[in-house]
Amino acid sequence: MNLDETEYLLPGNRTCPGCALSLAYRHILKALEGQAIVTVPASCLTVLHGMYPITSVNIPCVNTPFASTGASATGLVAGLKALGKKGLSVVAIAGDGGTHDIGIQALSGAAERQTDFIYICYDNEGYMNTGNQRSSSTPLGTISGTTPILGKQQNQKDITAIMEAHGIPYVANANAAYPLDLYEKVRKAKAIRGTRFIHVFTPCPPGWDFPFSDSIKIGRLAVETGWVVLYEVENGIFRFTSASESIARKDHLRPVSEYLAEQGRFRNITEEQISRLQDRVNTRWNRYLARADAS
Amino acid sequence: MANKKVNKKADIQILDGNQAAAHGAKLSRVQVIAAYPITPQTPVTEKLSEFVEKGELNAEYVAVESEHSALTVCASASMVGARTFTATSSHGLAYMHEMLHWAAGARLPVVLACVNRAIGAPWNILNDQQDSISQRDTGWIQIYARNNQEILDSMIQAYKIAEAVYVPVMVCYDGFVLSHAEMPVETLSQEDVDQFLPPYQPHTILDPANPKNYNLVTLPNPRANSENVLCHGYMELRYLLQETLQNSRETIVKVGQEFGELFGRNYANMLWEDRLDDADIVIVAMGSLASEATVAADMLREEGHKVGVLGLRVFRPFPKSDVVKALKNSRLIVVFDKNISYGSEGATCSEIKSALYGSNVRAVIRNFIVGLGGRDIKARELTDAVNKSLPSLEEGALNNEYPEWICYI
Repeated sequence: MNLDETEYLLPGNRTCPGCALSLAYRHILKALEGQAIVTVPASCLTVLHGMYPITSVNIPCVNTPFASTGASATGLVAGLKALGKKGLSVVAIAGDGGTHDIGIQALSGAAERQTDFIYICYDNEGYMNTGNQRSSSTPLGTISGTTPILGKQQNQKDITAIMEAHGIPYVANANAAYPLDLYEKVRKAKAIRGTRFIHVFTPCPPGWDFPFSDSIKIGRLAVETGWVVLYEVENGIFRFTSASESIARKDHLRPVSEYLAEQGRFRNITEEQISRLQDRVNTRWNRYLARADAS
Repeated sequence: MANKKVNKKADIQILDGNQAAAHGAKLSRVQVIAAYPITPQTPVTEKLSEFVEKGELNAEYVAVESEHSALTVCASASMVGARTFTATSSHGLAYMHEMLHWAAGARLPVVLACVNRAIGAPWNILNDQQDSISQRDTGWIQIYARNNQEILDSMIQAYKIAEAVYVPVMVCYDGFVLSHAEMPVETLSQEDVDQFLPPYQPHTILDPANPKNYNLVTLPNPRANSENVLCHGYMELRYLLQETLQNSRETIVKVGQEFGELFGRNYANMLWEDRLDDADIVIVAMGSLASEATVAADMLREEGHKVGVLGLRVFRPFPKSDVVKALKNSRLIVVFDKNISYGSEGATCSEIKSALYGSNVRAVIRNFIVGLGGRDIKARELTDAVNKSLPSLEEGALNNEYPEWICYI
């Protein structure tokens, strides 16, 4: 695979050491070959983009309020269309708070209207930019700023399934620890018209409480345990990709407890919660296996 | 129409206020429309959808899922260089609040028709001006129309003003009183409007060949860029928005003057003056109430009082010096507000008082809150309020701390 040699994400940005978002964003922008306008709500990505008048990102970008990402993309698409400007992808990139929570209305509206854009949700499973509070993507049992002692009592929302239910032509699950898989998915999405949704798992060392050097290790463990599954659904056809494809062939997942044990955020998790999480992973995995067989 | 420069035959149609706004948007060749239905604005969105689906208007119509998204779509489309329009009322405008700040802060010349309606709780779909007055401090220019002709004319002027100063403009008109009331309106020819309104040029171009970031995090203090040139801090950007609003009077008047020269209806003013030359009693009102106030003035003149009307056309920027000039002969000023700044008084009354402070005008000022939630306002009620205020001229108290309400309490 020949990646675009141009760097659109320049060194010296303000993300934390070990930030998986930086890695993911670098490959996303390469896949777009710079021919895009991105719209970004309040998030860690805002921090990455820098402070006026200096930015670390070499691509046209619009910052937009938290709830408005899907609508901002809609406006960019409508404006470009009205002016007859072709050849630019409109790409919205938001965190899980900006996608699963405050931005879901605008995103759902844009997808229902079949707006011609790519929406990328980078998911660090909480409000990390404001210092780690729980979101609807925070897992059961997680200690966060707003679940400080007992841990979160609810499961995560399956945003990719929600987006698939909009009947859009392409949805995918990716992971910053598998940058080439992510790159291919963005390339594929770029060539499709209509609303395309890519969910990217981005481990967060300070938020999840693991060493800065372990982002890739955590990302891989997530896939090997089935916590994260790499797949895509193109026009209704489900397909495992990358490492998840070979794991599916062997049909062997490592226990979820191995993944949980590596992260301080699960320090107060109960055996009962671990067992619930394992059941959830197993159920989903079997559903995916069945879908892959049927496809 | 004697001084009209264009030669086209005037086309008079019977239009309600919403149709007038839709025609104004169409004549302005809006390129992106995004709106969400709310009473009493809904017919604007339906009319524009019809224009687009019939192929009479070459625009993208985005039927968004909320007002917050409506204004976001307009803001982002404006950033890539499209002329944009939205319309809303009441709760819809309140729901846009965040984006109102954002559009003005990003200096995007969006035009919004606000069909003035009361805000809940409790629910009320009828007219007052609490909605747009509540958005006073968002950095938008606010123009209020007295009748449907002014709605259409103001829409077209709004784009020229907004795109000259890079500040969004809200054209406000009273729900039902104007939005659903039919009147003769002269619709202009497209050719003439094209002559008046040039295409929109965005202040920033989003182009991968020269990538720019819009609305980055901006620090309190100025900061050097990579070429070591000092760039504005957040506060300087806010100052520039205020400075532009302060100076926009010139543009608003100039655009109104040009419009008058072309179309025969002169808008080279920030406010409407009715018989102020000899009046020592002045009624102040905004929107359709300024029309009705002229009827009250007629009645009071028949009773022997020298009464005039000051109609506020532009509420932001507030035309302080124009107000002082217009009120220079007044001894009694009676301000009617279809809004209330709770715990204080009507918003336009506060503005009038603020404008007069330090001037030579020493007039008694009385404030009446009227017409909230669609409460009918009769001309006789206006004259009663003026008559009730007359003894204050002898009693000597210039100011009352709080307004009076024309209601059953």
